[in-house]
Amino acid sequence: MAKHTLIAYVEDVPGVLNRVASLFRRRNFNIDSLTVGRTEQPGVSRLTVVVDATEAGARIVEANLYKLVNVLRVDDLTHKPSLFRELGLVKVRVTPETRAQVLQLTEVFRARVVDVDEATLVIEVTGTPEKVGKFELVLQPYGIVEIVRTGAVAMARGHELMSAAPPLVRTDVGADHHTDASGVSMSV
Amino acid sequence: MKLTGAEIIWECLQKEGVDVVFGYPGGAILPTYDAMTKYPKIHHVLVRHEQGATHMADGYARASGKVGVAIATSGPGATNMITGIATAMMDSSPIVCITGQVGSKAIGTDAFQETDVTGVSLPVTKHNYLVTRPGDIARAIREAFYIAKSGRPGPVLVDITKDAQQMTAEFDWEGAAPRLPGYRPSYHAPASEYERAAELINSAKRPLILAGQGILKSGTTDEVLKLAKDAGIPITTTLLGIGVIPASSPLNLGMMGMHGEAWVNQAIQQADLLIALGMRFDDRVTGNLKTYALNAKKIHVDIDPSEINKNVPVDIALIGDLREVLAVIAPQVKKAEHAEWWTTINAMRGDAAVRDIQSLPDNGHLYAAHVINDLWRLTQKRDTIVVTDVGQHQMWEAQYYRHDQPRSLITSGGLGTMGFALPAAIGAKFACPEKDVWVVCGDGGFQMTSCELATAEQEGIKVNVAIINNSFLGMVRQWQEFFYDKRYAATPMTGPDFVKLAEAYRLKGLRCNKRSDVKATVDSTLAAKGTVVIDFVVEKEDTVFPMVPAGADLDKMIRRPKQDVMLESGSDKDWEMPAAPVRPAANGQAKAAVKAPKAAKKPAAAVPSRGPKTTKSNRR
Ligand SMILES: Cc1ncc(C[n+]2csc(CCOP(=O)(O)OP(=O)(O)O)c2C)c(N)n1
Repeated sequence: MAKHTLIAYVEDVPGVLNRVASLFRRRNFNIDSLTVGRTEQPGVSRLTVVVDATEAGARIVEANLYKLVNVLRVDDLTHKPSLFRELGLVKVRVTPETRAQVLQLTEVFRARVVDVDEATLVIEVTGTPEKVGKFELVLQPYGIVEIVRTGAVAMARGHELMSAAPPLVRTDVGADHHTDASGVSMSV
Repeated sequence: MKLTGAEIIWECLQKEGVDVVFGYPGGAILPTYDAMTKYPKIHHVLVRHEQGATHMADGYARASGKVGVAIATSGPGATNMITGIATAMMDSSPIVCITGQVGSKAIGTDAFQETDVTGVSLPVTKHNYLVTRPGDIARAIREAFYIAKSGRPGPVLVDITKDAQQMTAEFDWEGAAPRLPGYRPSYHAPASEYERAAELINSAKRPLILAGQGILKSGTTDEVLKLAKDAGIPITTTLLGIGVIPASSPLNLGMMGMHGEAWVNQAIQQADLLIALGMRFDDRVTGNLKTYALNAKKIHVDIDPSEINKNVPVDIALIGDLREVLAVIAPQVKKAEHAEWWTTINAMRGDAAVRDIQSLPDNGHLYAAHVINDLWRLTQKRDTIVVTDVGQHQMWEAQYYRHDQPRSLITSGGLGTMGFALPAAIGAKFACPEKDVWVVCGDGGFQMTSCELATAEQEGIKVNVAIINNSFLGMVRQWQEFFYDKRYAATPMTGPDFVKLAEAYRLKGLRCNKRSDVKATVDSTLAAKGTVVIDFVVEKEDTVFPMVPAGADLDKMIRRPKQDVMLESGSDKDWEMPAAPVRPAANGQAKAAVKAPKAAKKPAAAVPSRGPKTTKSNRR
């Protein structure tokens, strides 16, 4: 199992998010994060989905996304040179003694303070999901009051266009996803 | 031309070539029913339950290959359709369901009979629409038909608000052409994959074709048979593949899977190449995936890429329309005989060919297998469609009724929906009025949708209903017998007097409880004008053999225990299955074929007479 980042371009019509979410739920795919936003093209939204899957599992997720009539295109960025970004807001407890330390960590992570009061700081951090996670970790000892993360968005590097054709399912990925027999449906 | 939304619905159905719809009215669909009177060319069949409407549309679609249409009102009407829609989804049957919805202003207010039908049906439809404006109706319906029948077919639901049905809009059929930029009904496998596939086929020593419903959908029976004949490859079918490859073809070994032929499952386990054509490695055909066909490379041909590597990892995937795939691959496949492989299979057949039917005691009792085999003998010369329900009778039908024509068996495979048979048969009869349509169902499943007898009566159509009445929910009882120490919890079942029930519906009812009466009963059923219900009172605790317990290895079958076998009576000669034709013509190995029936007289090797007591697999 590994994290796979898929970009799905979908028609911006009512219910489309529901269709994607329903697919992941009923096929038992593990979503790590899912973000949606507009694109440069009117009427087209862009979803970034991070799933926990084997290589073969990721292909099945991809094929299933393509089965949704409103899905225009799917790109798997996992093995392509790509940029991954996430934004987090962390509200952390500070005392006169710890304030300087927290500010220093903020500096190190190139994060910035966006709100201050006598007992807390709200810090905005952007970067790869790993970096945001790390930042959360180092602030934990000070007492995190609240945290919100957007989930990852991603974009391939470079100027080459992604192929618009859906890749055909690869079959050279081995048997690493073999379903446990105990998972087989057992109803009459 | 300005029309009301309701009129647009009928115009569209007419343009799509629909001649019959199955439906049930109600408040939210009333404008559409009112407009129906202006469209007499489309016949409306009033069902007795909306589930019946969807099964009828499904049966119509499966019998004809065209799109079936069902109509219902909002709320309970629509939710009643869900079972039928899910059934069509699992078996890739093209149906379009049109439902009324509360007025667009009332959506989200829990209005009377409001249900989020697009939400509820989302996971069991190929696609669905909520239409709130009359101007959007035509395109939604056109797209619905296109999506339902193209690619891997499936059900599409169009939910139309009452105000959209009432208001008017310009009806522009041309302008409503499908615009589906994200929809990919079909794919084309790259040439390199074809080369690799041909190489595998040409180098295989023990190849086997797994024939599924995709062959029916692509209409490639002849092409598959030719490939198999030229390359000397035996064929086995799935349940939904029955009839697609004629049972009488010497290349056809029979059905695979849980209740498949023992030698077929053994052949799968011994094969060095499986060529899966339009089938999806359902758990009912694979058994334990960890031990499934470990000796075999696998080539999977399917139109749906999401089926590849889903259950069984394959070596080569040829994604696309089977017709196209076969056209490309066939010329690359070399002629072969595989004489040794056929000899191996024939030897297994010799051992396993004791068909249950031959081992049943001829003690005057009526056995389901006899009824079904007799039915086949008595109807095989007529153009017959058999529609089965779900349970033991369904498996016996698959085993003992020999189907030589595609679309001559209609059954709920993927969802296993009890109550499917009678309404689906009514739908099939509307699709093929010139054919005989038989229902083979259990007393349990029949009681789920028996109300549709009234539909058959009102429509004046003839379907012949054979109830295999064992006073049990037989298949569940069988599981209890094997896996729950015969604790028959909630499986003994009573029913009405089915003869009187038929008569109450002004139909003919017959009862048969002796083997010697089967012929007369079937004859008088065929001679009768309208729908006939036959109560075949059969042995109560009979068992479907062989059986691969769910999740067990495919070749670990439970076989009929020795002590039940009473072959020596010798009175069953007439009822033997036809001598197994074993080899394709023109080979020197015909001996095995001649031998097989003899060997068949031996009882099946008695493997544990009971199933594993409790296995992990007993979890439901
Ligand atoms: C709607 C539905 N409910 C429950 C089941 C589970 N089930 C499978 S077979 C079966 C028994 C069927 O009994 P009957 O219709 O009498 O046929 P038989 O097996 O006796 O031939 C049941 C309850 C099902 N398949 N479908």
